[in-house]
Order: sequence, then C-alpha cells, then structure tokens
Amino acid sequence: MALRYDNGVVVAGDRRATEGNVIAHRSIEKVFPADKHSAVAISGAAGSAIEMVRLFQTQLEHYEKVEGTCLSLEGKANQLGQMVSANLQMAMQGLVVIPLFAGYDLRLKKGRIFTYDVTGGRFEETDFHATGSGGRDAKNTVKLSYRERLGREEAVELAVAALYEAADEDTATGGPDAIRGIYPVVATVDADGYRRLDDAEVAEHFRSVLERRRERGQGGAS
Amino acid sequence: MTMPYYVAPEQVMKDRAEYAQKGIARGRALVGTTYGAGVLIVAENPSSTLHKISEIYDRVAFAGVGRYNEFDQLRVAGVRHADTKGYAYSREDVDARSLANVYAQYLGQVFTHEMKPLEVEILVAELDPVGTAHQLFHIAYDGTVADEQRFTVLGGEADAITRRMAERFRQGWTLGEAVLACVASLSGPTRTLKADDLEVAVLEHGPWRRTFRRVGDDELALLLAQVEAPGSPASAEGAGEPVSVDESGHDAGEPAGPA
Repeated sequence: MALRYDNGVVVAGDRRATEGNVIAHRSIEKVFPADKHSAVAISGAAGSAIEMVRLFQTQLEHYEKVEGTCLSLEGKANQLGQMVSANLQMAMQGLVVIPLFAGYDLRLKKGRIFTYDVTGGRFEETDFHATGSGGRDAKNTVKLSYRERLGREEAVELAVAALYEAADEDTATGGPDAIRGIYPVVATVDADGYRRLDDAEVAEHFRSVLERRRERGQGGAS
Repeated sequence: MTMPYYVAPEQVMKDRAEYAQKGIARGRALVGTTYGAGVLIVAENPSSTLHKISEIYDRVAFAGVGRYNEFDQLRVAGVRHADTKGYAYSREDVDARSLANVYAQYLGQVFTHEMKPLEVEILVAELDPVGTAHQLFHIAYDGTVADEQRFTVLGGEADAITRRMAERFRQGWTLGEAVLACVASLSGPTRTLKADDLEVAVLEHGPWRRTFRRVGDDELALLLAQVEAPGSPASAEGAGEPVSVDESGHDAGEPAGPA
C-alpha cells in the first residue's frame, strides 16, 4: 500500500506469502526501492513479481548509467506498465502480478502514486492506494483518516494502522510478529530518496496503534 | 596487369600503432590512483557534460581518453555487460578483471583485423569490497592490459605525467593529498588547472550500494584547500586560486601535499 504525505510518499507492505490457505513464508518482502527516488510494492504471484522488480531495478539503473540522467517518474511508471503488460500471457494462466509504484517526482516536487491493471494499464492515484488481498481493508482504513498535507510521521502511523486492520480482517495478510521479530516493511520516499524504517521504529508505531485500540476498550472487536 | 603489392605485417602493425598513438596523444590525459579509502580518477576535461569518467557498476568505474565517440561506445558496452551479468548471476559477480578482459579482446580484435584501430585508451577501476586491494586496469588501443595497484596515467604526455606521479605517490594517502598530486602531475610545471578544467570522480564506500561518486567543483576546491597547510608554496596563493604546484619545490619521493 502507498499513501502521500506533504513532501513524499509512504510505501508499506506485510511479510506474508501464502500457498492456498497455508502460510508459505513469514518474512518475504514486498516493498523494494526501484531506484533512489522511487519504490515498488508487489502483489500477486511472488516469483514473477520479484523477478519483475529485479528487472525493473536493473533497467532504471542501466538507463541512468548509459544516459547520465535518471528517467522521469512518469517514464519509470510507463516502463513498469510495459513489464506488467508483457506478463499478460502468464496472467491469463493465473499468475497475475500487480505492482504498486510510488515515488518522489523531482520535477513537480511531490510524491506520486501509480497503480496498474492486469493489462499494464497505468493509473495515477491522487492520494493513496492498496493492492492485494488485504488491499481493500487497508485502503478503507486510510480513507477514514486521510487528510491533505499529512506529516511523514503521521503518514507512517496511518500506514501501519492500515496494515494492522488489513491483517485483522484478511487471512492472507500478515500482522506484526513480535515473537519472531518480523514487522512489515515501511519505507518513505522524498527529496532525500528512499528510506526504509528499521524494525524497531516500525514496532514502536505498532505499539502506539495497539495502544489507541486498547483505549477504545473491547469496542469494535467483532 | 596490376601488381599486387606486398606490405610486411610488421609495417602494417607499426603504421596502425602510430596512427592510434597520434590520435590518443592529441587528447588530454587522465590519472587514476588508489588512496586510503578508495580509488580516485582525475581527468583534464573542460566539458561538464561530456564525461570521460563514468560509473559501470556498484564498485566499478570507467575512464577513457582519445576519441570521445569511440570510448563512449565502449563505456555503454561495458555498462550493458555489467548489468546483464549482475542480473543473470549476482551483483557481487561483476568485477573489473572480467570486464577488462572483454575490452582487451575487443580492442585487440579491432587492432589486428580492422583498417582503423580505435584511438582510445581506457581505464577500468574496481574498489575492493573489504580491504584496500583496489585494482586499476589500463587497456591500450591494441588490447594490451596492464594492472596497477598504485596509479596509472592515460593519454597525451603520459610518460611525463607518470614521472611526476611517481615522485608524489604515497601509499594510503588521503583524498585531498591524492587530488592535489594528480592535478599537479597533470598540469606540470608550466600550466595551472582550475576546478572547471577538471573532471574528478571517486569509488569509495558509503551508505549506498553504488560507490561511484562525482566530485563537484565546490568539493574539489574545498579538498584542495584542505591539503594546503600554512607555509606551503600552494597556500601562499590563497584558497580558490588556480592550483599550481611548483615542481622544483619538491624533492623526488616526497608527496605533493605537505601532510
């Protein structure tokens, strides 16, 4: 999932991979830096998705080195769209990959979010979006609390709350795992570039989200 | 009837080598050297957009002298080679030695089989991932490879510049000292080089996976100013002045910067 804040974007993703109704992996990562000023989050068939990200990262870096300048954020988004579209054959056979692309546009000086459909269609979101099985729950959580010009900390907290709610409702979304010390990946992209929060920071945000839930008592525990 | 004329292969090679050398000698030189924290490349290049030094991969840099279009073509091929290899295998499998061999093969092939040899000399530098065994591969127009661990000079007047570098080189020197020595060696006793006549880049470990970094004019001026301790001939000119080092002021074997 991704959401915009006043001068950047937060991108976050849980760590669970499933095979049918079984947990296949507890600590895979679904959020990656695409280059210095953009991030890509994945949902769908994990193998193809991670391969797509690797190729995408290589292409962006290759372009930057050969041309001596980075692609524009639009250019990167379109490039990723072509890769999704190239996967259409596989998608028809069930191996769908839907990435979520977010980054800081150095020209417009703001964070931007792009989503894709299975044919590679590219759509820009105004403020936030979430994909994958828990996407709807995460998106609804953000929707209820989102406002313009959030600060970085507030945006991170909202993203963490959204992941918590998604994990609460959706079996294929993993929540914070304090026993194993596995926490969702939360990263921000702004003018200074991609920054991943360390686990301790993410754990702290989860603690405060839980604290607020507890204050409400048992309410809403349906 | 026309007589097919015979030219001895020695003569052909000699002519080609002379042709390539002439082309390379017309261009401005560059110096690559190792220092305490990595690899430094300093090139004389008045253009701020057409680079002689560039990034190939995480720990590998490229520099070329001679014909721009020819070494730029080699640079792009190198980036492609490295990116393809890193993608197919793993990032740590990309190294300068293998790339230098590819370049050597290609340059050698062109030199022996084509009408016109490439009028370029190139440098492939690699930062040691753990220690200080950085590597500099110097590849000549005919595909000859030389590997260096101290410094190497490419381009016109390479012999004179090499002599000046040899006098100044010191193992494990700082970036500032190394820059000053390279600039002084490139300029020689009679010329001065300003920050905007130079292109400088380093490979050094930092927070990022990619270790290549360009040293901008401001940082360059700062670096040169730091090395100039009070009382040295260089500092008498004041900071921000063109860099010039009096050759006669240094004994052989002494580093340029009064460290």
